[in-house]
Amino acid sequence: MINYQSIEEYHDRIKSGQTSCKQAVQSCLFLIEQFKELNAFIEVFAEEAIERALFLDSQEVKGKLHGVVIGIKDNICYKDHKVSAASRILEGFTSLYSATAVERLLAEGAIIIGRQNCDEFGMGSTNENSAYGPTLHPDDHSRVPGGSSGGSAVAVKKGMCMVSLGSDTGGSVRLPADYCGIVGLKPGYGTVSRHGLIAYGSSFDQIGILANNVADVAIVLDVISGPDDFDSTALPAKPTNTQQSDKEEKFRIAYFPEWINHPSIDPEISVQIRKYIEKLEAMGQEVKPVSFDLTEYIVPTYYILTTAEASSNLSRYDGIRYGKSAGETEDLASFYRSNRAHGFGKEVKRRIMLGTFVLSSGYYDAYYTKAQQVRQQLYQQTRLIFNDFDFIIAPNAPTIAPLLGEKNKDPLAMYMGDIFTVFANLTGIPAISLPVFKHSSNLPFGLQVAAGGQNEVSLLRFTHQLMQQ
Amino acid sequence: MSETQDYEIVIGLEVHAQLLTRSKLFCGDSTFFGKDANSQVSVVSLAHPGTLPKMNKEVISMAIKLGLACNCEIVQHNYFARKNYFYPDLPKGYQISQHTTPICKKGYLEVQVGKESKKIRLNRIHMEEDAGKSLHDKESNYTNIDYNRAGMPLLEIVTEPDLRSAEEAFAYVTALRKLVRHLGICDGNMEQGSLRCDVNVSVRKKGDPKLGTKVEVKNLNSIRFIKKAIESESMRLIGMHQRGEAILQQTRGLNESDFTTYAIRTKEDEDDYRYFPEPDLPPFFITDEMIEALRKEMPKPVTAIKEELKTAYGLQEYDASQLANDNELLSYFENIIKEIKNYKAAANWTIGPVKNYLTTEELSIDEFKVPPAAVATLIRLIDAGSINFGIASQKIFPELIQHPSLDIVSYIKENSLELETSGSQIDLLIQTALNKHAQKITEYKKGKKGLLSLFVGEVMKLSGGKVDPKIVTEKIIEKLNA
Repeated sequence: MINYQSIEEYHDRIKSGQTSCKQAVQSCLFLIEQFKELNAFIEVFAEEAIERALFLDSQEVKGKLHGVVIGIKDNICYKDHKVSAASRILEGFTSLYSATAVERLLAEGAIIIGRQNCDEFGMGSTNENSAYGPTLHPDDHSRVPGGSSGGSAVAVKKGMCMVSLGSDTGGSVRLPADYCGIVGLKPGYGTVSRHGLIAYGSSFDQIGILANNVADVAIVLDVISGPDDFDSTALPAKPTNTQQSDKEEKFRIAYFPEWINHPSIDPEISVQIRKYIEKLEAMGQEVKPVSFDLTEYIVPTYYILTTAEASSNLSRYDGIRYGKSAGETEDLASFYRSNRAHGFGKEVKRRIMLGTFVLSSGYYDAYYTKAQQVRQQLYQQTRLIFNDFDFIIAPNAPTIAPLLGEKNKDPLAMYMGDIFTVFANLTGIPAISLPVFKHSSNLPFGLQVAAGGQNEVSLLRFTHQLMQQ
Repeated sequence: MSETQDYEIVIGLEVHAQLLTRSKLFCGDSTFFGKDANSQVSVVSLAHPGTLPKMNKEVISMAIKLGLACNCEIVQHNYFARKNYFYPDLPKGYQISQHTTPICKKGYLEVQVGKESKKIRLNRIHMEEDAGKSLHDKESNYTNIDYNRAGMPLLEIVTEPDLRSAEEAFAYVTALRKLVRHLGICDGNMEQGSLRCDVNVSVRKKGDPKLGTKVEVKNLNSIRFIKKAIESESMRLIGMHQRGEAILQQTRGLNESDFTTYAIRTKEDEDDYRYFPEPDLPPFFITDEMIEALRKEMPKPVTAIKEELKTAYGLQEYDASQLANDNELLSYFENIIKEIKNYKAAANWTIGPVKNYLTTEELSIDEFKVPPAAVATLIRLIDAGSINFGIASQKIFPELIQHPSLDIVSYIKENSLELETSGSQIDLLIQTALNKHAQKITEYKKGKKGLLSLFVGEVMKLSGGKVDPKIVTEKIIEKLNA
């Protein structure tokens, strides 16, 4: 085992000859094999990872991610590799191109070790909605690791890779990071190109980073962010200066009492966050409660808009041009029906139907238009808050990692579990989950920190500082 | 029962014009027509997972140009919308189009119907992408799909229900086709599908202010079919009305063999398109500066060019309008008159021998090698009386087409094509001709003046076309009246 700490430390050890890319890959492959029952990977690119490691070992350490072993969520395209969004409908599908983020990882010397299990098309909070079966919690196999980027979180936690790329539409990076006890960043909308990320909710989706520490997140973000000709929603400039400084800085921090005292929250989570606020104040940070009266609209707004977009985004999966078809039928309509009925899982179907419904004439204004209006209000309120504050701190989830099967029975209860994470996606702001708490059950949970606008730079600087405490 | 003439036909048109951009609306794929099926398709055209659209800005400029030419209001806050429906030739399962914010609103197109000029109001012009092409007749059990067309940029131009006859519709489409060609934004080629038309027809009793239930006839790919579809559909609707049958709001197709229409679907089965703003393309704003810059780039309107040709060069309405409507011919004309001042003759040559040759041979002006200066030389020689139009257009012009660098003057000498100018020689020819038609002279003298052309023709034939028919005519009249 190479006992991985951070990218910086790993590079130092390569340079001093204490380890090699090949050793690192072998170590990851060993752990993937050892923790196979967690079901974190759908496919492992073992041979080519070793080959690439050997090639990199013959080169000087130049790339920012030289030899860094990275796993990618199974909804991110990698040329000539299979990608399925953990769905039967894309069974056997091989991508003809690489996502911009993957191209940029490779250009900096990263090694892609495999594709990771997730909820189908990113739809789920538990990783149970996968055509490949659930991923298990790394510390307690009777529990879920969180979703939808569950495989990506578990892989980092267990050393199967150094960093993972996940995606976050409503908390899918931060939630599994929270449950598994690692760092998970959802960048601001447009910071990382979505080209090659299989769409769920296009105005919400963002590729995110799961890692052991904030410094690694910052290095990877620096590599994958920036404008892209293939994505018109990618921002024209990348966040600059993601380098960490160890200098302590003072910030203005807001929190929403409505969230911390929310009826759905585990009291223990509430207590620990309150204690953390006191700790921040003791450190000399300015922390203030801010009233946020749109809380009850967040989840409905999120589910109306994301399912509307999803119902359209998933129309292309007809089983005709690519992916899996269920075999010949009488006519075209029944061919579509049978392919989609066999290809999509239950949760995906539920969301397609919901989305189709809210966009239907007669219901459109009551649902879709209303939800768009709420989103506008959220944008405005958020802008106002960040006029006065640098960060918002909040819980990621009302509970610790649930038991397998506990949440999936009641979709509404599961949707409500997204209450604290979807806010950042609705407003397009960056947010990070930090592994700072331990529950009495001995399971970890995290703290969410969000920054305004596209301010990943100060978000990472501040959270890095917090993690040094 | 009401007679057919008691009814009024109300027509609105939706024309799809495929734009002359080099690449598709949302990706870099080529738009070249006629390539092998599915050879111009990238992962974006094929809607592979994870792909996103990227706006081709040229399309916005073209849309604005057409809007300005049609006196439209340019909508500055624009966004694209998704129109959702399933069909195998629609790769994404939705079409990226514009819904509540078409880039151009209102406006009108002035068309010539017979001698009348009529303003046809436009409702909107919007941008959208084309679908692939379903080929139902290649294989018996399958439909083949060619995705080369998927993602091609289109402008949809929608009129108000202002048209009242097939002739008006014909005139509108003709005028629109000329306009898009004039602006250089669409080749207007209906056979290749660059211009396609959907027709909305309804009928009502004359004087009835309320519109009847409309029927849409889709995908008409020639001006003739548009006319036929309107004729047959309006007759069908009038018949139904006369028999008191209920008219259903329907989408219909045209049977191209007998010009009857057939039902495709009725209103109840219409898709609910579930339009919503396209999240993959940020809304865009068209600035006043952009509009002004495009206004400056616009070619002059056809009517203005026509009027200018009439006033500056004294051309007749017909000649002026022929030239104004065709950029390429106009520039050829302008090059001829750099050399000579006989504008009328330059126009005649351009819309006569030059245009006829191009039309018969199906050539574009780029493929036409005869320099305008050579045509100017011919005109100069005709005006000087050295040759006549017949010799020039039938003997020398074809030779010029074969050998564009021909030395015209030497060629005339070598082939003795000069006009016979000696008076005695012409008198001799006239005498020979009149002798041949001795009886006809009496008839002529009795008043059958039309025979004059026979005598002149005979002289021309005897001379091998080398005399000036004007001089001959004068001389014959003189002689017979003596």
